[in-house]
Amino acid sequence: MFLWFHKLGSPPHFYRIAGNWLPWLGTIFLLLLVAGLYGGPILAPPDYQQGESYRIIFIHVPSAWMSLFIYIVMAGCGVVILVWRMKIAEIVLISSAPIGASFTFLALATGSLWGKPMWGIWWVWDARLTSELILLFLYLGVIGLHGAIEDKRVATRAVAILAIVGMVNIPIIHYSVEWWNSLHQGPTVTKFDKPSIHWSMLIPLLLMALAFQVYYLLALFQSCRTELLQRERNSRWVEELIAK
Amino acid sequence: MSVSEFFNMGGYAIYVWPSYVLAAIVLWLNWYLPRRAHRQLLGQLKRRNQGKSE
Repeated sequence: MFLWFHKLGSPPHFYRIAGNWLPWLGTIFLLLLVAGLYGGPILAPPDYQQGESYRIIFIHVPSAWMSLFIYIVMAGCGVVILVWRMKIAEIVLISSAPIGASFTFLALATGSLWGKPMWGIWWVWDARLTSELILLFLYLGVIGLHGAIEDKRVATRAVAILAIVGMVNIPIIHYSVEWWNSLHQGPTVTKFDKPSIHWSMLIPLLLMALAFQVYYLLALFQSCRTELLQRERNSRWVEELIAK
Repeated sequence: MSVSEFFNMGGYAIYVWPSYVLAAIVLWLNWYLPRRAHRQLLGQLKRRNQGKSE
């Protein structure tokens, strides 16, 4: 296990393993997506209060979960970079940022599209929405900072520190609907007692969440391979790969 | 439920469908752009390699 992990840290192995995984991840993603889309928008009954409009949940909530999850991965990579200077962690961090930003954008945009018919307003400056918007800026900050600093070693340390510091925002987002009065509804799934959502809605929601999770790996591996090739363009293993 | 009822989404069609379409576009871009960059980079490196060996 440790040996396998150690191997994964070496660029040629990571490049190869990630490449081998891509078709599998793609297949699993599509299967989960089809199941989730059948169960959610088609099979699940309408909500007793919100009618059909609640079906935005199957995009909105998984996107919001992913926006938090990917940020936590990035902050974890930040710690690994500062402590062990592991090359793969640098690549995972910087490749995750655009994907995380995309999911954050999706969570905000679909939230707006849901807010308009339910609250009568596209946007309010309340705790949940504002902290999620700050998360988007953190992602964009990581991308911008990495691009702005010429010396890549300095840039890597800078984004690692930014990613770690930004972690304070994550619990704020999660608990914002409990700590402050908000237009945003409270949690329906991650409550400690029983989730207040019916299984006919919960199952497709979890399927979509799983699909997005697999999608993250798919997109991540894809862009990690590009980033790796770019960085190691003059190394021996890349030359051998090209020569094939 | 009929097909037109499904697309109507109980009158919320203009909110529900853009959410799904937006998600499809964003997910597709995040998959396609790195893939294209990877292809281009590989081609570029291959050309560089050929130039070297000649």
